[in-house]
Amino acid sequence: MGLPDTVWAFETNPENMTKDDIKQVVLDIIADIAPDESLAAVKPEVRLRDQLSLDSMDFLDIVMELRKKHGIEVPEADYVQLASLDSCANYLLPKFQAKGK
Amino acid sequence: MASGHLMGERQMSSKPRIVITGLGLTAPNGNSLSEFRANLLAGKARIAVIDVRHMGQHPAGVCDFDTTKWQKRKELRIGTRVGSISIFCSREALGDSGLDWDKVDKSRVGVYLGITEHGNVETENEIHNISQFGNDTKYWTHHHNPRTVANNPAGEVTMNMGITGPHYTIGAACAAGNAGLIQAAQMLQLGEVDIAFAGGVSESIHTFGIFAGFKNQGALGAHGDPTKASRPFDKNRNGIVISEGGAIYVLERLDDALARGARIIAEIAGWCINSDATDAVLPNPERQSECVRMALKRAGMKPQDIHIVSTHATATALGDIQECTALRNVFTDCPDTKINNTKSFIGHCMGAAGALELAGNLPSFEDNWVHPTINIDELDPECAMPGLVINQPIKVARVDTILNNSFGMLGINSALIVKKYGVA
Repeated sequence: MGLPDTVWAFETNPENMTKDDIKQVVLDIIADIAPDESLAAVKPEVRLRDQLSLDSMDFLDIVMELRKKHGIEVPEADYVQLASLDSCANYLLPKFQAKGK
Repeated sequence: MASGHLMGERQMSSKPRIVITGLGLTAPNGNSLSEFRANLLAGKARIAVIDVRHMGQHPAGVCDFDTTKWQKRKELRIGTRVGSISIFCSREALGDSGLDWDKVDKSRVGVYLGITEHGNVETENEIHNISQFGNDTKYWTHHHNPRTVANNPAGEVTMNMGITGPHYTIGAACAAGNAGLIQAAQMLQLGEVDIAFAGGVSESIHTFGIFAGFKNQGALGAHGDPTKASRPFDKNRNGIVISEGGAIYVLERLDDALARGARIIAEIAGWCINSDATDAVLPNPERQSECVRMALKRAGMKPQDIHIVSTHATATALGDIQECTALRNVFTDCPDTKINNTKSFIGHCMGAAGALELAGNLPSFEDNWVHPTINIDELDPECAMPGLVINQPIKVARVDTILNNSFGMLGINSALIVKKYGVA
């Protein structure tokens, strides 16, 4: 449907992405949507909302940026899967890998 | 005179007196009153050339205030440009007012901001955004509605400053700057609030629609030198230079201001808003004259009592002549009345215009200088008026009163009179 090429550009072939790559993708998005936050000490197993100043609109921004930058769709029923970096990686890895196939 | 007029005058004189005790602004040529004023007296216009989406390069007044002085970067990302302008001006006004903010009852503070329009910028941005994704609306931002509700600029101020009293915007086309101040004065007189942040704001340079609308109306200004593009009253004027900006004042009842030992910048003396009821874009000088006369009457003044008339003129072919006609009708035999124009320096700041233009003249109460209207190479004979200050500032014996005109589309006229505090 005429999407720009940049939307589909991955630094790593999506098929070969690791969970750490996924966590970095999410952190890069958070860096843009919460620019006042320090992300250096984010704990992957802890809920993002418990360690960063993020509200529901911010999580919608994460969903939107996954859609716009990476062509990844997160249905509303699955938003809970974005709670922590670890859960993001577990949930998103197969979606990214599927993009590479 | 109709009895209703007499009643209006009596009611105004019996109401609490309202004063200005703080001011914050951002204009294309200044981010503080002192900087703005210095450039007005030095004849320094500041107009940039910007790329307007779909339209190429056009002159525009661009503000360069420090957006992160009072906002976090996340606030800036989520909010609007006009919200940012409003927060900057309000915070600066608060600092200027000397209010002890920690001790102020925030539920007794109101925010009343005049706007010409709101939402065009954000809507155009999203239309452009989804155009990059095949016009699929699932890429439309969920921030769209809070960004485009009409109260957005005032609401952003309340969130940034913790104000829990009323907030809203006053949509009044290009009369909005005056309308914001008038609304605030009325709310203070009614006792709805104790402190008001009021004025006008605009982000209009970020919407191509306004540029295109004026261009296709034959009313968009242009010149090889952008600083000369806005030239009200000049014979070769060719239209409006669109600008962004804001000016927000702290208003209080006089008794409250005196009780806290506030510095009183000026007193609101009188005002009027009326309607042409004739044409959507063509001004009506008869209604404009009536507006000015009613403001004078409510202030208990005669035309001869006005020392500065701050004109609205936007440099359109007919609009300038119409205002001059209106002013000549009122200000006959007024040797002490000087007339100037601020859009010649900063373009047309739309919702902020009236509030900024008043601000630029307020220091005259202290220094007795009157800034000119600049960029007049050849005065249009149809715009000639006794007292028009052309190209160079002049020093006068005294400035006690300013009448600030702001007019807008759909035939809305506003005239606001302020006076130096302590002058009878």
